[in-house]
Amino acid sequence: MPDLLAAELRVDGDERLARVELRRQIGRLEAELASLVAEAFPRLRIDVAVAAVASAPRALGLGDLEEVRDSLATRVGEARQQLRGQDELETRNRELLDRMLASPADFKWVQISRDDIGAPGCGHWHSRPRFGLLGMLMGWWRVRVSSGCPLSGRLAAVER
Amino acid sequence: MAVAGRSTEPEPRSTFGWVAPRISAEFPGLGISWIEVEGRPGRSPRPVVDRLAETSNRFYGAHAVHMRERPIPWAYRVFFRQIGLDPDRTRTPVEQLALDRLQDGAFKTHGLPGDALTIATIETGIALRAFDAARIEGALCIRDSAPGESLPGRPGKLAHGTLVIADERGPVGLLFGATGEGREVDRDTRRISVAAVQVEGVPQIAVDEALWMVAGVLEVA
Repeated sequence: MPDLLAAELRVDGDERLARVELRRQIGRLEAELASLVAEAFPRLRIDVAVAAVASAPRALGLGDLEEVRDSLATRVGEARQQLRGQDELETRNRELLDRMLASPADFKWVQISRDDIGAPGCGHWHSRPRFGLLGMLMGWWRVRVSSGCPLSGRLAAVER
Repeated sequence: MAVAGRSTEPEPRSTFGWVAPRISAEFPGLGISWIEVEGRPGRSPRPVVDRLAETSNRFYGAHAVHMRERPIPWAYRVFFRQIGLDPDRTRTPVEQLALDRLQDGAFKTHGLPGDALTIATIETGIALRAFDAARIEGALCIRDSAPGESLPGRPGKLAHGTLVIADERGPVGLLFGATGEGREVDRDTRRISVAAVQVEGVPQIAVDEALWMVAGVLEVA
């Protein structure tokens, strides 16, 4: 009887250690996901939803913990990929902006916003002709920089 | 000499509840402690409303996004995952308050003791619950539900193994969920039990601070 009891405890103990390890991994993945969400804000909204495996709080078994861990790992992977894609897009847009600033006539009517390059605030760069139609015919192109976010006073005036 | 806004009374002593050994073995940092304070529900007095407004003014969208990176809110998020809940659907208490703040434009007053719990939760990140002290028998504990148990006033039985806050009579509420009928604070309440649920990674000093803060706010009232 004592031997049987010991064997049962050992199995339970091994499983408990596995659950402890899974919980540790869930904690680490949650921290990673949190830092990715914060890094992406406000440029990108990352989907962090991981379906609940229980309808009410309970101590999860190995299978459920594995499911949570795997879902979180998938989410972290997706978030990293989304962020990497966004970084690449913003880098390409910054390079485009540099080229546009150097030669506005080659990028007629192109408009790049601060959002497009991952910069905070409002505003955009717009390649447009000087003096309207005349400039368009003469090839006098320039990049116009917008004046930024609307002032709160002006917004209030519009709302009045 | 009394400091403005602070009482010279000694801080109320918190009582530690117990956690069922099987649950404690799974979640070593899990704990519950509570204080009992004189108080009855009602409208919050001006100092409490002002403090709530001041707390609102210090809280922005960026705080909400970065909140999950801070140690205490992160610890609750992790614990939610570990007990099968999705903290982006069933929000942790502090994140629910943050979301309400962003949606409503301010921490809206809900009277006492709700406002006291809001202030303390936002300041410390600790998950707090209020019960009618007169209807709590003996020590509070965290345990898994036994077969056939149910939450007072709620239809249906609890799934076996549901984590609950219980007293000596039975479950008084789900851990991070509904409170049993008759155990919540209502108009007949004269003493309030404020309970803090501690999870792994949450320091005891933060729990004590949260409980003292609630007691302080209720004292002002």
